[in-house]
Parts: sequence; C-alpha cells; structure tokens
Amino acid sequence: MLSRTAENLYWIARYMERAEKTARLLEVGARIALMPGGVDGYRNEWDALLRASGTAEGFAEKYGDAVQRNIESFLFFDTDNPSSIAACVGKARENGRVVRTALTTQVWDALNTAFQELKALQRTPRSEVPLSHMVDWTLRHCAQVRGAIEATQLRNDNWDFLHLGYFLERGDNTARLLDVKYFVLLPRIDFVGSGLDNYQWATLLRALSAHRAFHWAYGGDVTAHKIAHFLILNPQCPRSLRTCAQGMSDHLDRLARGYQRSTPVQSHARTLLGELAEMTVEDVFEEGLHEFLTRYIGEVGRIGQLVGEVYLSGDVR
Amino acid sequence: MPVHFNEMYDGGYVRPPYARLGDWTESMPAELRHLKQAEAEALFRRIGITFAVYGEGGDPDRLIPFDMFPRVFTQAEWRRMDRGIKQRARALNAFLADVYDRAEIVKAGRIPAHLVWRNEAYEPAVAGIRPPRGVYSHIVGIDIVRTGPEDFYVLEDNCRTPSGVSYMLENREIMMRLFPGLFRENRIEPVDGYPEALRRTLASVAPQKCDGEPEIVILTPGPLNSAYYEHSFLADLMGVELVEGQDLFVEGEHVWARTTRGPRRVDVIYRRVDDAFIDPLCFRPESMLGVAGLMDVYRSGGVTIASAPGAGVADDKAVYVFVPEMIRFYLGEEPILQNVPTWQCGKRDELKYVLDHLPELVVKEVHGSGGYGMLVGPASTAEQIARFRERLVSDPGNYIAQPTLSLSTCPTFVEDGVAPRHVDLRPYCLVGERIELVPGGLTRVALTEGSLVVNSSQGGGVKDTWVLAE
Repeated sequence: MLSRTAENLYWIARYMERAEKTARLLEVGARIALMPGGVDGYRNEWDALLRASGTAEGFAEKYGDAVQRNIESFLFFDTDNPSSIAACVGKARENGRVVRTALTTQVWDALNTAFQELKALQRTPRSEVPLSHMVDWTLRHCAQVRGAIEATQLRNDNWDFLHLGYFLERGDNTARLLDVKYFVLLPRIDFVGSGLDNYQWATLLRALSAHRAFHWAYGGDVTAHKIAHFLILNPQCPRSLRTCAQGMSDHLDRLARGYQRSTPVQSHARTLLGELAEMTVEDVFEEGLHEFLTRYIGEVGRIGQLVGEVYLSGDVR
Repeated sequence: MPVHFNEMYDGGYVRPPYARLGDWTESMPAELRHLKQAEAEALFRRIGITFAVYGEGGDPDRLIPFDMFPRVFTQAEWRRMDRGIKQRARALNAFLADVYDRAEIVKAGRIPAHLVWRNEAYEPAVAGIRPPRGVYSHIVGIDIVRTGPEDFYVLEDNCRTPSGVSYMLENREIMMRLFPGLFRENRIEPVDGYPEALRRTLASVAPQKCDGEPEIVILTPGPLNSAYYEHSFLADLMGVELVEGQDLFVEGEHVWARTTRGPRRVDVIYRRVDDAFIDPLCFRPESMLGVAGLMDVYRSGGVTIASAPGAGVADDKAVYVFVPEMIRFYLGEEPILQNVPTWQCGKRDELKYVLDHLPELVVKEVHGSGGYGMLVGPASTAEQIARFRERLVSDPGNYIAQPTLSLSTCPTFVEDGVAPRHVDLRPYCLVGERIELVPGGLTRVALTEGSLVVNSSQGGGVKDTWVLAE
C-alpha cells in the first residue's frame, strides 16, 4: 500500500473519533445546562470541557465568555476550530476522497453522506437544529462509518491503519478528559456524598459514554478508585487506556506479521500494554494521577510519531 | 435560422434507433420524471462524481448536469465511426513517431516545418526516443460532431490526457439503475469493458526493463484537480494505485513508489499531469506535481509514460488541419471521418477572410481547450466580436477559424418537457499492442437553448450514449 494511502486511512479514523468525542462533550454540556446550580459552576464545567478538547484558548479568543449558544456553534459548526464536528467530518471525508480506492463503497458512502448532510445542516436556521439533534446526528454518523468499516473492509493492512487511528485518538481523548477532571478523582475524596461531586463524576463517565456501563461493571458505591480503575485499567471498558493500548498493540502486531518485519513502534506499544496490564490503581495514584496521565499521553504521542516514521514516510527499507 | 439535423425526428418521423424512446417519454408523467432526475442527482452526489470548474471558484463539488434522455446510434453508424476513429488514432501515432524520429512528413513537404518544430507542444527532450511499440498517445479522445444523417466531422483530437471517460461509464450505470426496462427493450452494447481494456493497453506497453507482470499506476495532480474523481475511479476499476508525485521517486534505473512495505518498482505511469509538470529536473523546475529524474528513467527505457511526453504536438488545432494528410501519408488511405473546414489565421489571405466574416465563424485559440478563449460569432454581440478582433489581429498565428456548424440536436429534458439541444461526442480510443474502442463515448449537450458550446466548463451537460446491437 502507498504510504500516503495509509496516512489518509489513519486520519479518517482519527477525525471520526475526534468528532465523536466532541459530540459527547456537547452532550455533557447540555446536561449541565439543565442542572440547577450557579452560573459560575456551569461556566467552569464548560471551561473544563473546552480544555479537554484542547480548544479553550481558541474559543476565548473568538467568542469571549462561555455562552452556551456560542459553545454549540464553536464545537459543532465552526471550521476555525480544528476539533469541531464540522471540521472533523469535513477532513475525514476529504481524506476519504483522496483514498477512495482503498475504501469500500459503503464506507465512502457513510463518509460522504455525513458530509452532504452536514452541508444541509449548515444551511438550516440554527433555531431548527437543537443541541440534542446535533449530538444524535454526530453519534449516528460516526457509528455508521465505523459499522461500515467493520462490516465491509477487507481485513488487510487498510483495516489495521484505520484501527490504529481509532485507538490512538481514543486513548488520547480518554487520557485528556481524565486529566482535565483528575482532581475530582484524587483519593482524599474517598466517598462521594455531595450532589456536586456525584454529578461531576457522572459527567466524566457520560463524557466517555461509560455511565451505565460503569454500573453494570461495578455496582455498589461510586468511588474514585473504581472510576479510575474502569477508565484506565479495565480491559472491558471500550474506552479505557488499557483497551486502547491493547488495540494499538494488536494492530501493530498484525502489520508486522503481514509485512514480515518487526518494528520499534510495535515493541513500544507492547511495552505500554504490558505496563497497563500489570498496574494497579494504587500504582497510578502513587505515581500521581496527573503525572501518570501526562506520561501516557506522551507515550501515545510517541507511538503516533513512530507509526509515521515506520509506515507513513515510505523511507524505511 | 439554419435547419439543424434532429437525431430523433426526421421530418415528423421518428428515426429507427429512437423508435422505442418516443413511447418512453410519452408514458412518463412530469412527476415521475422529476423524481427520477432527483434520484439521478442523489446517486451522482453519493458516488461523489463531481467536477470543479477552473476560474469559477466556489463549489469544488459541483455536479455536471446529467440529462436522462439517451443519445442513440445504430450499429451501422457506429461501425463507420469505429473505423474512422481507429484510422485517425493510428495516423496520429504514426505522425508522433515520425516527428520525433526522421520527420519524413516534414521532409516530404506535407506539413509546414514551423508547425512542428516551433510548436510549444513539441518536446525536444524526447526526440530520438522510441517508446514501447512506438505508441505515443495511448488514449486518444476524438471529438465528433454530426450535421446530417451521414455527415460526421472531427472537431478536434485529444492526444494527451482526454478526460470524461468516467462519465461515460457512470452515466450508463445510472441509466441502468433508473430505467432497467429500457435496457430490456433495446439491445444496447455494453461499455463497461473500458477499464479492463485500458489496463490491458497499458500493460502491453511495459518498458524494456520490465520483467514479469508490469506494475501500473495512475499519476494524478491530486484531489484539488477537477478530474480527480475520474483518476480515482479508473484506478479503482483497474485495480492499480493512484499516486501523486510525492509518492514516487527515482533511484538507480527505476521509478519507485513509497509504500508501507518500503519502495516498490513502477513500470507504467498513466499520467494525468501535464508534460510541463512531470519532471522538475527536465521541465518546470518549480513543479511540485512531478517526479525528479523521471525523464532520465524514461529515456533509458526504465518506465513507460502514457501518454508520452510531447504527444501534444499532434492534437494542436493548427496541426489538426493536416491530419487527413497524415492519414494519406502514413496509411495510404483516404480519411473515413472528415475534418471541419478550417481557416488558418496565420495565413494572410485566410486571415482576411476570417476578419471579413467574424460574425458567422467560430474562432479558437490554437492551444486552447475546454471552450476557453473562443469566439462563437453568431452568438456574440458586436462588442464581443470587436474585442476578439483586436486579439486576433495582434497574434493571428495563434488562432484558427471554422464555419459555425449546424450541430445535430438530440431530444433533451428541459423545464417543461423535451426539447432539442445540440450535442457532440467524444469516444475514447485505446492504442497499445492493439487498437481498441468500446462502443460508446461521452455525449456532451449544450443545455441552453440554441447554444453550441457543450464544454462542461461552460455549463454543458452529459448524456448516456447508446450503440444498438445489430
């Protein structure tokens, strides 16, 4: 496969995953807006979410105060915001257009339909596009693209590069979201009594589509320990750091087998996975949650960089 | 008003190839027609067939309007065109092989030397190189217009990288989806063998140094190019990689593609990038679209470039005048398809005639294409003609003029029913070990009433083109 093709496939997945994350942030924000509570609390939450998507500064520069309508515009429609849903869907589709030949008709159709519908949404008066619709719309199209990939793409190297993109982006997103809210998980808050904490935690779980799954997996009281375990170390949680590391490692192994060449990026991913598999929540808190997450984000970034050097540059012999 | 030949109605009678289409349109109520039209548009959008127009800005995802009323040829009509097109493609390639070799045709005085040597498209860098099988132009697009039941004229030749073949293929796919009944009632020759024929043609011109199955790629300028859809469409149907200049590099005696497994040798490049951009070391140094050193590999027989650099010298509008001479000179045959009578403005007496008759002529730039920079006399205002006259007088050698042909019309769906609109035809002739032509082509239609400009860049549309089986 052309290195450039691999790169385009990888970015299709990253952008779609990023769009999905942004949609979930919007959903969380919408719930916050429905909660009773001070204006300040609401504003702080939005600020945290903007920081989680890495766009707080861009927003402040363009819009100033965090007014809900502006935030919606910024996160959904604004193509000046590289993480907005419109920007991500547009870029995913553009990457898809470049590598049409590497995608099945269904995958292209899913990408292209999302893009065409988005253009129609952009022409629709804002008053006719409620927030819930924006969120549902995005989650539906992300699911369609992913579903088309699962159902129709050949299990060849195309498939591996798509999934590398998904897992890299997802691991990075989970770690960043956790990092923004890490203070609510610090062990000194052992028991969650107050309404505020309860809902802060729920917010975090919702932002990762893990609210109900969490209760299924653990039951009983909600504790910082359990939440950290679920989102970092539990291999059942589809967005946990462990699951994402497993996914990266699996697909890098498949590529190495297919190309009959082991690579430094493969061993790097294996090391990361090995560490997460052996770790306990106590280890994480001992290292310091924030420090641990920072290190994880760095590791994922390094894997992304190595994937680029090994497979996407076309220079490795 | 001149009388235009209507391909469906001949003095109140329906001509035989269109016999079944009369009932078809009459039995289709307006609502159904609008529904089908919307369905067709949705299909084109979903497949992603779009066409960006240079110089217009705006939507890079514009659709070329698709007209559902097919254009139909009988088997006998097609047989004649088929012979004429192949004859012409053979002669054009013979001419190219000659002018880059001993230039016998120039020595024999059958074509003026300056039209060859001083032609911008003449490429000294390839003189003396004989490409595999002596083929320069592997895909020849020959634009044909019709003015009467038996009168077919060649409007121009395209020897470099004629585009539009994806529309020929997709128009058919969409018609078969929308109106399967029509294909049961009419026996229509299929066109879907084109991608395989193209692949076969390219494989048959693999370079000397290629051993084994040749690795073919399509070289595209990239997704911003107006024909990018077509490039990726053809790559997909042929099962070959679609590459950009940045994906290729030269090392040793070969061209290589950067792949996830490391470098992979490339033998045949079907390039959709202009000559000037394919190798910054040989042509335009600032080009980012090409491959540095490509021409060195080409010269030493390490790679085939299709169409060959320099092929454009044969499709120049000033050289066009001499194609019938080429057919006589190289093949010893009489041309089966006629040229449109053409005045060369570079000649003093012919220029005088042209200047005296501007309001009734079509004047074109010698190197222009896509309907840009041309004057359609009868459709222009006095002011437009006056402005064009100044340009013409300042550089007459850059222009040719032709009579305004009364192009045939084909029924076309318009706002309130069906009306005749002018059409032309571009078939795609493949030249390799064999010369092949799929039965069909791209019919372009001028959607504005009375307009003679069919170019998609000027608001023309397209139709499915049928050749009926015997």
